Amino acid sequence: MAKITLEKLAHSYFPYPKSEADFALKEINHVWDDGGAYALLGPSGCGKTTLLNIISGLLTPSTGNIIFGDQNVTRLQPEQRDIAQVFQFPVIYDTMTVAENLAFPLINRQVPKDEISRRVAEMIDILDLGAKANRKAKGLTADEKQKISLGRGLVRHDVNAILFDEPLTVIDPHMKWQLRTKLKDLHRQFEHTMIYVTHDQTEALTFADKVVVMYEGEVVQIGTPEELFDRPAHTFVGYFIGSPGMNVVPADVQGQTAQIGNYKVALTKSYGDLNGNIELGIRPEFVKISEDTKGMPIQITAVEDIGRYKIIRATVDGKPLDAVMPEGESVPTHPTALLDSSKINIYKDSHLVRVEA
Amino acid sequence: MDKPFNNKAWFLVLPVFILVAISAIIPLMTVVNYSVQDTFGNNQFFWAGTEWFVEVLHSQRFWDAFLKNIAFSATILVIEIPLGIVIALSMPKRGIWVPFCLVLMSLPLLIPWNVVGTIWQVFGRADIGLLGYFLDWLGISYNYATNAVDAWITIIIMDVWHWTSLVVLLSYAGLVSIPEAYYQAARIDGASKWKVFRYIQLPKMNRVLLIAVLLRFMDSFMVYTEPFVLTGGGPGNSTTFLSIDLVKMAIGQFDLGPAAAMSLVYFLVVLLVSWVFFTVMTNLDADAPEKGVQD
Repeated sequence: MAKITLEKLAHSYFPYPKSEADFALKEINHVWDDGGAYALLGPSGCGKTTLLNIISGLLTPSTGNIIFGDQNVTRLQPEQRDIAQVFQFPVIYDTMTVAENLAFPLINRQVPKDEISRRVAEMIDILDLGAKANRKAKGLTADEKQKISLGRGLVRHDVNAILFDEPLTVIDPHMKWQLRTKLKDLHRQFEHTMIYVTHDQTEALTFADKVVVMYEGEVVQIGTPEELFDRPAHTFVGYFIGSPGMNVVPADVQGQTAQIGNYKVALTKSYGDLNGNIELGIRPEFVKISEDTKGMPIQITAVEDIGRYKIIRATVDGKPLDAVMPEGESVPTHPTALLDSSKINIYKDSHLVRVEA
Repeated sequence: MDKPFNNKAWFLVLPVFILVAISAIIPLMTVVNYSVQDTFGNNQFFWAGTEWFVEVLHSQRFWDAFLKNIAFSATILVIEIPLGIVIALSMPKRGIWVPFCLVLMSLPLLIPWNVVGTIWQVFGRADIGLLGYFLDWLGISYNYATNAVDAWITIIIMDVWHWTSLVVLLSYAGLVSIPEAYYQAARIDGASKWKVFRYIQLPKMNRVLLIAVLLRFMDSFMVYTEPFVLTGGGPGNSTTFLSIDLVKMAIGQFDLGPAAAMSLVYFLVVLLVSWVFFTVMTNLDADAPEKGVQD
């Protein structure tokens, strides 16, 4: 086990990339802690699988280095890196039984026989596959197969990291929850570094200690789920995380006030005089709808009642603004919106403006 | 909701049934009809019962031909299946050479049996054939017309040349359908090339290989044109397979009764062996103790 250092890592699928846009993965520098649970989150085509394959060694990066502990593994083959990977579709060896599947990576590494049977028995126990140990793996359900794929990684004691490439895609919804809990347990038990690629924010936020949000080949933010919620570093993070996503409204910011249309909002921090494309970001959870005349007048376009709360779709000055309204409150006839000043983030050219209070 | 239960669905099967009847069942029943009767011409038939079957099964001529067929099919399968797999494995999986390889592999399949026979018949002749002349020049005595071993080798080479591509194409189809993740997982598990073949490629090719084995068995067991064009079953009786013997008996000697009985036995043998291949290969990777399964 080791920490993982990504040093000036970048990748392009073109042999001679000409511009920034040719890179599937733009330069990143990061150190991932040993034993951490990380999620790579982003929409399809954002470069998250590229990054994962670079870490596992299935892909050699165009530039930069990847270092496990003190060892530079950039040019090493996957089998030399001591990592495990679970793929989107379960990979099992059809002709082998469950136990033989789990023993396979150990046999290939010439682990002594009694050691193999001990570890396989232990792993079958951990994965709750006891009743099926001697069945052919072929006839099992998708989630059981995915457990075997995972087990083939866990059964090795030398793994530096376990990588997951959208492992729950083909699993039934009710089994997803169980398998995710199992993963969380296994992480606590084995303390392997785990890197989990997904485009599902719920999966990412529940699984990971740290979420790495990627957008168009770039890592836009690495943070705890809480940080991503409260202080999205990029407007994309704001949209992508949360349901509904963060409101991003064009605004003029001067000192401690922001102006949306004709309406002025007080800010808790002073931003000085900002130029460029300035936007105000606030989560729908912190937009309060009432008839308070101090609020910003809005036009409600739709109300989505999803049971526990209502989502109010409205417009301000022609721009969309969403709000969340608790159950039991009724939608006012002359609605206005109050923004919680402490929860407002200001963005310049889509990036968060950080100022001291 | 009440679902009507009746037998109207049988009418939907009727068109297929009629087609199959005309193309298969009626001709087959004609053969069955001949096999239990005797005729001296003039459209007069006499009941013969199982007489012809007993005669066929006790005839040395039948069993000689039968053994030749078995030997031929076994040789063909032992050569063509592994060779086809090896060629399929070495073909590129992507890139500009893929269509080239596929076309090259399809070419032999487009050539009719009798043309293949004629090609090799001429090719192997010592006086005008390139192969025969060349072997002769090397000092190797080769003459399919007089030497039984040479005739056999020539027919086997013909079949391998003609039909290995079929095994290649089927295996290749099985190979390219394996998702990339399997190879990646195998690399991560530290599997050797042989283990990748043994545990990923071969099991995934199982289905298409079954089809390849069945097709090649049935086809080679019914071999007719190649030996017929090459030597007409000779030299001597060395390449007189069941099919050639059958034609001699039916059309040469007009022994319609024994010929019909023989074709039925022949048909049943093909059916039986195909069934054995199918059962063995489909059960190869099934769970061994099916009884004790509990969920």
